[in-house]
Amino acid sequence: MTEHETLEQRLHEQGISRRSFLKFCAAMATMMALPPGSASAIAATLAKVKRPSVIWLSFQECTGCTESLTRSHSPTLESMIFDMVSLDYHHTLQAASGFAAEQAREDAMKEFHGQYLLLVDGSIPLKDGGIYSTIAGRTNLNMLLEAAQGAAAIVAVGSCAAFGGLPNAQPNPTGAVAVSDIIKDKPIINISGCPPIPAVITGVLAHYLTFGALPALDDQGRPKAFYGETIHDRCYRRPFYDQGKFAKTFDDEGARNGWCLYELGCKGPTTHNACATTKWNGGTSFPIESGHGCIGCSEPKFWDAGSFYAPLPAPTADVSSVAQAAAVVGAAAAVIVGAIDRGKKTAAQQSRKKLTVDDLKGN
Amino acid sequence: MEQELLLWVRGTGLQIASAVFLIGMVYRMLHILLLGRKHSLAQPRGSEWSGALRTLWKRTFVSTKLSARGNFTVITGFIFHIGFFVTFLFLSQHIDLIRAVLGLHWPAMPRGVIDMAAVLAIGAMVALLVHRFVDPVKRLLSDYQDYLTWALSFLPLLTGFMLLREIGFEYITLLTLHIASVELLLLVAPFTKLAHMFSTFISRWYNGAVNGFKGINI
Repeated sequence: MTEHETLEQRLHEQGISRRSFLKFCAAMATMMALPPGSASAIAATLAKVKRPSVIWLSFQECTGCTESLTRSHSPTLESMIFDMVSLDYHHTLQAASGFAAEQAREDAMKEFHGQYLLLVDGSIPLKDGGIYSTIAGRTNLNMLLEAAQGAAAIVAVGSCAAFGGLPNAQPNPTGAVAVSDIIKDKPIINISGCPPIPAVITGVLAHYLTFGALPALDDQGRPKAFYGETIHDRCYRRPFYDQGKFAKTFDDEGARNGWCLYELGCKGPTTHNACATTKWNGGTSFPIESGHGCIGCSEPKFWDAGSFYAPLPAPTADVSSVAQAAAVVGAAAAVIVGAIDRGKKTAAQQSRKKLTVDDLKGN
Repeated sequence: MEQELLLWVRGTGLQIASAVFLIGMVYRMLHILLLGRKHSLAQPRGSEWSGALRTLWKRTFVSTKLSARGNFTVITGFIFHIGFFVTFLFLSQHIDLIRAVLGLHWPAMPRGVIDMAAVLAIGAMVALLVHRFVDPVKRLLSDYQDYLTWALSFLPLLTGFMLLREIGFEYITLLTLHIASVELLLLVAPFTKLAHMFSTFISRWYNGAVNGFKGINI
């Protein structure tokens, strides 16, 4: 492993023009809502920056996050800037395998100790000593603890790494938890989503490379620039919500007219993400544009929030059965207390002494 | 944390609130009915049922001339109740909830109408509270329960309106607060004056039946 060359050199080698590079920097600055003039500052810094070492650990996950990153980017400049970091370890993307792969990770960890970025996707199982997910015979917990020690910062990619995700859904058989549940002494940034938006990952990396620090985060540890607003706030169907015009089924007139999907289970109002503005597949569209409501994938516990097709006001637990049982209990209590009352009344009537003439005589 | 709170109020919280509400309400109403009425040995001069049903309907409209309550209380109270029922029964989100729990549904009212009803209901409640403070008789008659039930009825209306217009807080926060405020109302309703949501029909029926039996046609 040699000293990493600068980004500008790499771009030049790969035939990327400076103009394209500046356009990318401007796009990043806009996306992160940085002040005017930031684009040139980003460009100046990024051009000089040495490619940082990145170690990507995949734990209890489906590789969807990696799929999202690779497929949707190619061949845009975003994917190239991702190439511009030195991705020293990544299960799916690296050529090496077996011992050689693990050796690459250990080498990078040693050489760039305290400097490398640790990207994690997937949750970490803790139950039964963490045996439910292992790599090269080591548990995910073990590998994360070791890799986190020398990391400058950790990026939890996807809802599993950020919040526990699907493996953490009830009844959570493997005791899966998020990265932030285990690592407490390193800066952690959560890029949630199932999968997350690729541009958000590159945006966060660009921010880190430019400023040497993580961007402003919300209370869930997510970058505010991308997770500051809800899908609902930026949804192009929002006017229909405000007018109370809702699609009732996926093929009724409302659906054909593009009305709000709230009643079909859209979780846009309670979901923070940039889908409605950044969009997917190279800016083509996002789920609501395809006629399907938001499932709230960038929020914690979204698998446990009831059906994806149940509207937000619907209960997430069985209220009807509880209500029926409660009514029966209430009725039984009333009948019992009523019977006791009646008994008391009868007893009182029977024990009542009748007034006699003798009583009136004063004897 | 916010998502967990919302999940709790939509799930366990709602189960607890509806269980307490139904146990309390069914118990109290059935208990009243089971107390029964002493059989009258007098010759009836009219039908109990027709008198009861007539009063059930007629008491909805209070004559301000015959009532000691005064125009302000009657009219403002009316506005509140109508505004409340319109928002409660005809907002599409509420119909979604009723459909999810009971399987029943009906057409929603336009959002403009709902907004107007909500504003009227909120305004009426504020006016009634002010009147309660200002009017010496009302002030002396009021105890803590009057203020408690006022607050418990007011909060769902206020948070609901804020939620529709996303005023002050984020949607998720307002939704959680709105559901939580309704659950608080459900928890307390059976054991306070709010039980009148059902008991009012029993007392009207009782008064009407007594009058009907005596042949009093009012």
